[in-house]
Amino acid sequence: MAPILELKGLSKKFGALDILKDINVSIDAGEFLVLVGPSGCGKSTLLNCIAGLEPISGGSVVIDGRDMQNVSPKDRDIAMVFQSYALYPTMTVAKNITFGMKVRGVDKALQQKKLDHVARQLQIDTLLDRRPSQLSGGQRQRVAMGRALVRDPKLFLFDEPLSNLDAKLRVEMRTEIKKLHQNLNASMVYVTHDQIEAMTLATKIVVMKGGVIQQIGTPAEIYSHPANLFVADFMGSPAMNLIPAKVKKNGKGTQFIIQNNDREDLILTDLNAANLPEQIVLGIRPEDIADSKLQKHHHDQVASCLIDVVEPAGADTYVLMSLGGVEVTARLQAETSAIAGLPMNLSFNMDKASYFDANTGERLN
Amino acid sequence: MTNFANRSTLNVSVKNLVLRWLLYAVLALFAIYYMLPLFVMVTTSLKSLEEIRTGSLISLPRDVTFQAWMTAWSGACSGIKCEGLRPYFWNSVIMAVPAVLISTFIGALNGYAVAQWRFRGANLIFALILFGCFIPFQVVLLPMARLLGQMGLAGSIPGLIMVHVIYGIGFTTLFFRNYYVTIPPELVKAAKIDGASFFRIFFSIFLPLSLPIIVVTIIWQFTQIWNDFLFGVSFSEAGTQPVTVALNNIVNSTTGVKEYNVDMASAIIAALPTLLVYVVAGKYFIRGLTAGSVKG
Amino acid sequence: MITWLEKHMPKIVLAPSFLIAVIFVYGFIGWTAWVSLTRSRLLPRYDLHGFIQYERLFDSARWDTALNNLYIFGFLFIIISTLLGLMLAILLDQKIRTEGVIRTIYLYPMALSLIVTGTAWKWILNPGLGLEATFRDLGWTDFSFDWLVNPDMAIYTVVIASVWQASGFVMALFLAGLRSIDQEVIKAAQVDGIPTWRIYASIIIPSMASIFLSAFIVLAHLAIKSFDLVIALTGGGPGFATDLPATYMYTMAFSRGDLGQAASSAMVMMMIIFAIVVPYLYSELRAKHD
Repeated sequence: MAPILELKGLSKKFGALDILKDINVSIDAGEFLVLVGPSGCGKSTLLNCIAGLEPISGGSVVIDGRDMQNVSPKDRDIAMVFQSYALYPTMTVAKNITFGMKVRGVDKALQQKKLDHVARQLQIDTLLDRRPSQLSGGQRQRVAMGRALVRDPKLFLFDEPLSNLDAKLRVEMRTEIKKLHQNLNASMVYVTHDQIEAMTLATKIVVMKGGVIQQIGTPAEIYSHPANLFVADFMGSPAMNLIPAKVKKNGKGTQFIIQNNDREDLILTDLNAANLPEQIVLGIRPEDIADSKLQKHHHDQVASCLIDVVEPAGADTYVLMSLGGVEVTARLQAETSAIAGLPMNLSFNMDKASYFDANTGERLN
Repeated sequence: MTNFANRSTLNVSVKNLVLRWLLYAVLALFAIYYMLPLFVMVTTSLKSLEEIRTGSLISLPRDVTFQAWMTAWSGACSGIKCEGLRPYFWNSVIMAVPAVLISTFIGALNGYAVAQWRFRGANLIFALILFGCFIPFQVVLLPMARLLGQMGLAGSIPGLIMVHVIYGIGFTTLFFRNYYVTIPPELVKAAKIDGASFFRIFFSIFLPLSLPIIVVTIIWQFTQIWNDFLFGVSFSEAGTQPVTVALNNIVNSTTGVKEYNVDMASAIIAALPTLLVYVVAGKYFIRGLTAGSVKG
Repeated sequence: MITWLEKHMPKIVLAPSFLIAVIFVYGFIGWTAWVSLTRSRLLPRYDLHGFIQYERLFDSARWDTALNNLYIFGFLFIIISTLLGLMLAILLDQKIRTEGVIRTIYLYPMALSLIVTGTAWKWILNPGLGLEATFRDLGWTDFSFDWLVNPDMAIYTVVIASVWQASGFVMALFLAGLRSIDQEVIKAAQVDGIPTWRIYASIIIPSMASIFLSAFIVLAHLAIKSFDLVIALTGGGPGFATDLPATYMYTMAFSRGDLGQAASSAMVMMMIIFAIVVPYLYSELRAKHD
């Protein structure tokens, strides 16, 4: 089955400036693709290129097998939901939703039928006569989605649709979008700077920085095997610990030597690690460092660390320490006996560790 | 201790009261300064010539008479003809209404194109169009007179309409552009995806939300065009003059006895439309005046 | 074909206005500039003769008077309107109950045609029957206010009338500016015990610099273009005593049939305005890019 969306070697320049460089992504029908990255990474621009709202400088956009060269947005069979909702301010909710159909000359009876269907689906049937200014943020977002739904498009495009909502509403709407995706089995491309949204909504994530794709993968892949330091640091909350370490090979395997303040160097061994350069950055997530007394996995390495700060957080306790010159966070069980200022034994789950080249930042394992 | 405290607060409040009264006195004084001409115009227009000669400038009319008004409207002499202001008043109407409407409409389309449809050089084109607001019109008077002559429009009302539209476009474009620039560009994007064209988006989406700026622009343009004298006196003939030119002719005509009451009545008649607009929609008028002048 | 049209529609829509500007603004200015370099009299001639028109212009006593009048009138008009407008704005800022009514009264002159204004003030300042007569009737038998017909003083009547017309607008500008000042700074100063007049002098007025500039630009523009008012009030007289560049240009163009002089005086008017407006626009555009 052909992919619903293919971006082949897509690039975009603005004068001499490269906004997007060699973008290659493809998704199948029914997938939920999230473009995530910091502000200015080009994700919104990429979305606009897919929509045909921005011209591309090179490469191609193919939607359902059709090359979109010279195809205007209205003929691409897409629908878009914007961060600011972009509802037509002087039209009622009903008119907002049916405007596109009206422009296309759809039969009035059919317009009404589709409007009713979508209104019931999104629970906005009581709001049809209101103007956008009379709606709350969440209601406006639903109307914007209704406008998109009623087009029955091949591809839904979302440009940071939840960024204007308060935290609680954001979580609610996020779930609604996920449910919508499941119910309709629709193909969606979603842009956000919030990596939590990305992780919870996506079937496939594209992490971007400076107009270049850093990694494409499922949320699980991105989470456990980040392709470089940037992805490792950007995705996941709290962030992955990135600890500078010296590498030494010996009989048993590879040793990672981590500076441990004034104390003896911390040494962690990985029996399975392959050829690694002398200087690396060791990446390990807070939840992969445990209280040795309470938890121990098969390949865990135990080491004594001086605890700086203990932060009880209900179901877990976070402890902070300084290793290799950086602040390292560990997520321990609430029953831990950690005390600030005292050393304790921690287990490092080396199965979950990531190794990055200290110079290029690229993943080594 | 208590007495002292009472005394000082009494002094302070007396001082405040005196200052307040002084403030109102000064404001009232200036209100008189601004109202004086209007007051004098009205009272003089209602007096007989006899009373004007013997009475004082600021006295109320002893015997109110509307004779001056009737003369001003239909009998005053401006040059050779003595038809009063009526025909010229209508000249101004026929000239102003189309000029205001056309220049406003063009300005709206221009402002929309510049503000919402970015393209290379859009800002430069806007600046070049805007420039027309700043020139002294003396510098285009001669070539315009020649062109109107060559086009056969010399001394005609359509010619005047054309002139006012041409030199009004700079202002109207500025007003609309500044207004449309505040509307988020996502609106046009959403409409594009919905399939709407450039004009469809303008008429269905932008125009409906433009009422405030349309009012401001129309008021501003009407005031400018109705009150204009330079273009009027340069490009009209005896029969096609606007009311400002006719007024000047009536007041400055050297034939016969100076009828001050008729002069005043004529001035009020000429001023009525814009004055009325100001009284009714003054809020929008002020907004138009300060649009673009005050930063922030 | 249709999609090409749609794609270029914004440019197509702007093209007519752009063309109009090119022809009727830039083209016409060019024509006038050209003619100002010729020997044109009643009819325009296009063979260039250098700057003789400008030499004639600045040799002319009448133009001398006109420029002089412009400086006197412009200076007084701008200064007085600004001070008056500022003072009235400050007074009105003091939480007056009838502010709306008073503002309406101060501003309505701006809605009038300058011909109307000139006519009204011509009557008020009429030596025999106007203010002079009124004060004489009230007892000041020696009071004389014949400025209107006095060649040395007539230009000041133009100042009086135009200040009356424009000061309300300046007041509106300043009032808007006063109101847009961050109230927290004022409150901090009041808490510090600084007297009200000092707050105005040291904090508020300096922070309104850009509004002073806007007001100056608008007033300077009005002053240089002043034509209607002079025609109605004094007709340029007595004699040429209240001539301004605008009236000089008009006379040369339509009464004297001296197109070369008309063109050159118009160009000088434009250059004066430019000298003021262009630096202002440039600094505004630069500020926006920052």
